Amino acid sequence: MTRIKAQAPISSSEEDVDNGPVVSCKDAVITYGVTTAVDGLSFDAFAGRVLAILGPNGAGKTSTVEALEGYRIPSHGSIRVLGYDPAKNSKALSARIGVMLQDGGIHPMMSPIEATRLFTKYYGDSLSSDEIIQLAGLEDVAKRPYKKLSGGEKQRLSLGLALTGRPEVVFLDEPTAGVDPQGRLGIREIITRLKEQGACIILTTHELPEAERLADEVLILNKGKNIMQGSMHELLSLGSKGTNTIRLRTTLPLDMTLLAKAVGLDLSEVAEELPGSYLIKATGTPERIVAITTFLASMNIAIDSLTSGMVSLEEIYLSLIGGEANDG
Amino acid sequence: MTVSHTSSDGHSRQVELELVGHSGIAAPFTRRLAAQTKMEASMTLKRGESLLLTLGIPIVLLVFFAEVHILPASTKKPIDFLSPGILALAVMSTSMVSLGIATGFERSYNVLKRLGTTPLGRPALIASKIAAVLLVEIVQAVILVLVALALGWKPSGNAGEAVIVIILGTASFSGIGLFLAGTLKAEVNLAVANGLYLLLLLMGNMIIPVSKFPSWMATLAKALPAAALSTGLFHSLNHSSPVPAWAWLVLIAWTIAAPVAAAISWRWE
Repeated sequence: MTRIKAQAPISSSEEDVDNGPVVSCKDAVITYGVTTAVDGLSFDAFAGRVLAILGPNGAGKTSTVEALEGYRIPSHGSIRVLGYDPAKNSKALSARIGVMLQDGGIHPMMSPIEATRLFTKYYGDSLSSDEIIQLAGLEDVAKRPYKKLSGGEKQRLSLGLALTGRPEVVFLDEPTAGVDPQGRLGIREIITRLKEQGACIILTTHELPEAERLADEVLILNKGKNIMQGSMHELLSLGSKGTNTIRLRTTLPLDMTLLAKAVGLDLSEVAEELPGSYLIKATGTPERIVAITTFLASMNIAIDSLTSGMVSLEEIYLSLIGGEANDG
Repeated sequence: MTVSHTSSDGHSRQVELELVGHSGIAAPFTRRLAAQTKMEASMTLKRGESLLLTLGIPIVLLVFFAEVHILPASTKKPIDFLSPGILALAVMSTSMVSLGIATGFERSYNVLKRLGTTPLGRPALIASKIAAVLLVEIVQAVILVLVALALGWKPSGNAGEAVIVIILGTASFSGIGLFLAGTLKAEVNLAVANGLYLLLLLMGNMIIPVSKFPSWMATLAKALPAAALSTGLFHSLNHSSPVPAWAWLVLIAWTIAAPVAAAISWRWE
């Protein structure tokens, strides 16, 4: 596994970045009694981009996001969301942000249609209840009490409610946890559209392949400190020097046995990381790339992405976090 | 990202959704308050355990003790003492126990945390909870008064004064319920609220007159909002004599202290 060292933030240089950060955190320290949950954290997030905040349990992810949402007040440093201090200006911010909680947040007896109708009444300019239900794909369970929804349906309702007020900044906590592959596709599409329409998205997740798919920027925390920050592309390039892997994403799931046979490898050398996302442990020779594309052409399956010589975000993450643990 | 829209002539068409807006405005306070109040009242009336507490138990106690004369009463007909006492019990059930337990569980379910990130705001949320309690109390009062009248109760007095007493009692007990919900875990709050309910039922001049208590216990009972509320209702609805000054003072003191304590202890999560 490639091991890379923690480094200073890699600067972003896209068009949206030129307009300045939408979310800004400078030297923030958050403490609970004698415990320091966040220790001198600095980062920026921009319109039209997804920032994934990653880290092990207790790394300070939740405290950081709760501070951005206005629930925590840093004992040192400053936090700004859309130019406001979220702890002091919740009134000005609440109609401009959307928050998707990981667990619950909806009355167990309340149905999706009741919840969406209620939430639309909070905003001056909102999606309609029907639009949220369709967006979340909950037409068939619109009148079912929340407590009787599946895990994926609960997640999609939670996401739909977070988007009710057409937010400029969206906080998503584990948006795809417990969601089936079809539901994941829907959630990914919503996040892509939010980006395209200029929302700033702050994503916290333990599902690293999902973060790799969705995020433009990555912030990795450990023990309350920023141990790596940068654009996803630069981060993956940095950690991928000298590796022998091929990563493939397709629009439809593949038969692993047939894929292994097509590239002339054992089944053990081909892994499915997520539905539609594959890792081939071999050098990306021109012959092997041709074999892959020929195989996909014969199956009439389109390529989402095909990269050679790149390690995954998960490998980089484990390298960093493992290194920190060893250091500590 | 498209969704289908059906026009008034029944035709369906695909519409591109605008997911990100730039107006960033909250709805007017009254719109948020009305919507939240409707939801709070609806949820209260949907919960079976809440209905049992707010209507079932008061009706059973009223009918049973009006028909089976085993409790000491301070009036010739037990129903004349029981009716205002049970009305006070109903107010306490809804504003302290039902509201407090529901709010405690809403916090544990992260409902309050989610609401805290919306433009609803704390003033509208608190006001909606109190408005919903008052709406449920109106339903309770209508049903209990009809049952009491059927059992032979003949109220006389000042209905306006009774309404003021009920509003003060509601504010006091709502404050206590929200204070407990703000300081205790949901499960502990459930146990404490039910324990307090039983204690105040016995010591609140609702089914047993305070005059039958030993003096130290009567003094303690009169300092609590339950006895002040039931005494206030008893004098408002049964007697031409005015509500005693101690009952007004105790009710006003709890009306100020309990909501202040609730506001200080309030947590969204």
